[in-house]
Amino acid sequence: MAAYRADFERQPVAPDWLQSLRAKGMARFEALGFPTMKNEDWHFTSVAPIAERIFRAAMTSKTGVSSEGSTAGMVAGADLKRFTFDQPTWHTLVFVNGEFSEDLSSYAGVGNKIRVSSLAKAIRSGVGRPERHLGKIAGFDNHAFTALNTAFIRDGAFIELQADTVIDAPIHLIFVSEGRGESISHPRNLIVAARNSRASIIESYICVRDTPYFTNAVTEISLGEGARLDHYKLQRESEKSFHVGTTQIRQARDSQLHSFSFAVGGLLARTNIYTCLEGDGATCTLNGLYLADGVQHIDNQTSIEHIAANCPSHEVYKGVLDGRSHGVFNGKVYVHPEAQKTDGKQSNNNLLLSPTARVDTKPQLEIFADDVKCTHGATVGRLDEMAMFYLNSRGIGPETARTLLTYAFAADVLETIELEAMKTELEKMVLARFAGTAAA
Amino acid sequence: MLEINDLHAGIGDREILRGITLRVKAGEVHAVMGPNGSGKSTLAQVLAGNPSYQVTQGTVTYNGQNLLEMDPEVRAQNGIFLAFQYPVEIPGVSIAYFLRSAYNEIRKAKGMEEIDPLEFLDLVEEKLKLVDMDQSMLSRSVNAGFSGGEKKRNEIFQMAVLSPRLAILDETDSGLDIDALRIVAQGVNTLRSPENATIVVTHYQRLLNYIIPDFVHVIANGRIVKSGGKELALELEEKGYDWLQNVDAGAGAVA
Repeated sequence: MAAYRADFERQPVAPDWLQSLRAKGMARFEALGFPTMKNEDWHFTSVAPIAERIFRAAMTSKTGVSSEGSTAGMVAGADLKRFTFDQPTWHTLVFVNGEFSEDLSSYAGVGNKIRVSSLAKAIRSGVGRPERHLGKIAGFDNHAFTALNTAFIRDGAFIELQADTVIDAPIHLIFVSEGRGESISHPRNLIVAARNSRASIIESYICVRDTPYFTNAVTEISLGEGARLDHYKLQRESEKSFHVGTTQIRQARDSQLHSFSFAVGGLLARTNIYTCLEGDGATCTLNGLYLADGVQHIDNQTSIEHIAANCPSHEVYKGVLDGRSHGVFNGKVYVHPEAQKTDGKQSNNNLLLSPTARVDTKPQLEIFADDVKCTHGATVGRLDEMAMFYLNSRGIGPETARTLLTYAFAADVLETIELEAMKTELEKMVLARFAGTAAA
Repeated sequence: MLEINDLHAGIGDREILRGITLRVKAGEVHAVMGPNGSGKSTLAQVLAGNPSYQVTQGTVTYNGQNLLEMDPEVRAQNGIFLAFQYPVEIPGVSIAYFLRSAYNEIRKAKGMEEIDPLEFLDLVEEKLKLVDMDQSMLSRSVNAGFSGGEKKRNEIFQMAVLSPRLAILDETDSGLDIDALRIVAQGVNTLRSPENATIVVTHYQRLLNYIIPDFVHVIANGRIVKSGGKELALELEEKGYDWLQNVDAGAGAVA
């Protein structure tokens, strides 16, 4: 705790509004402390490995020793190549240890109806007035990690779409941890999509070194009337690292959110996707896939709050757990009294590939309206022996068969990805992930 | 090609096969018939290597090798093919991908290179015609949502592509209408050759109107109780199985 306070005190001076927001975040974090397993939201996940370590603020261009005076010197474009899906037309914003890198980014063709900038720049210049939204979507009264992130708001992506703007090429935000020592970064993103605008935004969390760093990210998203956002979060951190990421969304009338969360990295990783359906007819689809092996612990929490009426929400999360890994799914669907005609479907399916892998799944449905249609369900299973034999009887050995059946299990959630290049790449990753790990 | 001697097998403590002895030579078609629960499907599963069944006694030699020591994929790589009575659904894996994986695994086992995808497509298209199936089939998930007839035709299609040396058809005729039956039989007949052998497991005689067997064996209570030529099938059609169930099983088992 003291180390966080020390780093907090050491931050350069910011505009008053931010100084005050950060101070509130720090105070709340200090009051809450790290969550324990007694906290219902953290019942299956112990964050002791994070709480017990002392993570220091990650090196940036201001504190670092890079000769170019930029964090770009610490990470080269070539390091990022395998994470960019080989799509030169996509707009790319790269952040190294949480700090924007102009050199590694390319988004010149994004057009003038969209404001794309680093949050640091917007804070400095005041352009776009990020204070209108920052800290107002991602509440931190009861969320220690969001409070901690808020205490350290400094940089991230700030994307604003004007009304009726449709952007065809996806915007890819790449957060790369350079991973020197036990360091922490707090990326903070803000996406504001005005009426009837439409975009695809990807957040990739990656690393260049296999070290125990900590990423504590928060993304706030505001969707105006009729806006549509396809949001992809790809958590591909180092398997020695720690990741807590919260994406929080507010949806106005008739807006559409398509969220896909892919989690494969981290020794201990938690992804929160929380959305509030605040206007009539708003829809959300939350899909996810988590793959863990070794001693990884991958936790996913989602929350869909139906505040307005006539909102459909669909959610499918799937998990594949191998080795001694531990998966967690906790999905809340909360239907307020006014949210009549809610149509909510939620499912979570898990495949355990080894006898020592474990999963805890907790779908939660709380309904306070009387005219709603809500279903939920969870399954935990192993590979089907008959399917295994069927493949073997065609000459396909146990390892390939296992890979194929694992891929088949995940296929339908991957199928929901609308970006073809990403879908193909993630399919390959799923095929490769569990290949050759079958017990001899 | 295949020599089965005094084969005993079952699931857990339940013995289903109680001493099967059978010889199959290259170029031959053998029909294995019998009432429900006689053990004929178990024989098919055991030959393909289903790990749910345990062999407790006896030997099976395939082209001079001990078949019972081979894993199921090794059996397939050596030319054994089982057309399943209940083909398994695998949602999420396309037939094209599944079959190309199988084809390449078999080639790899023979020390051959993987097939060129376009060359494979040519091969597959030719075999699709054999079972009267459309090319759109290839992109569908393996057996998922297929009708009974489609599943059986898909089995014969796979057999045609993988061109096995010993094909075992387990009740491939059950649930087929007469047109589908004809298509399936035609597929099997096209693949007959002096180098290959086929074991047709069936409850009914009607498939044997289309696939003419060289030998017919009747299984009852886990033993072969009678063997004969194709005319035995007609006799069974006329008299049913009851008269054979009373035959002293021990006598029939020793061929």
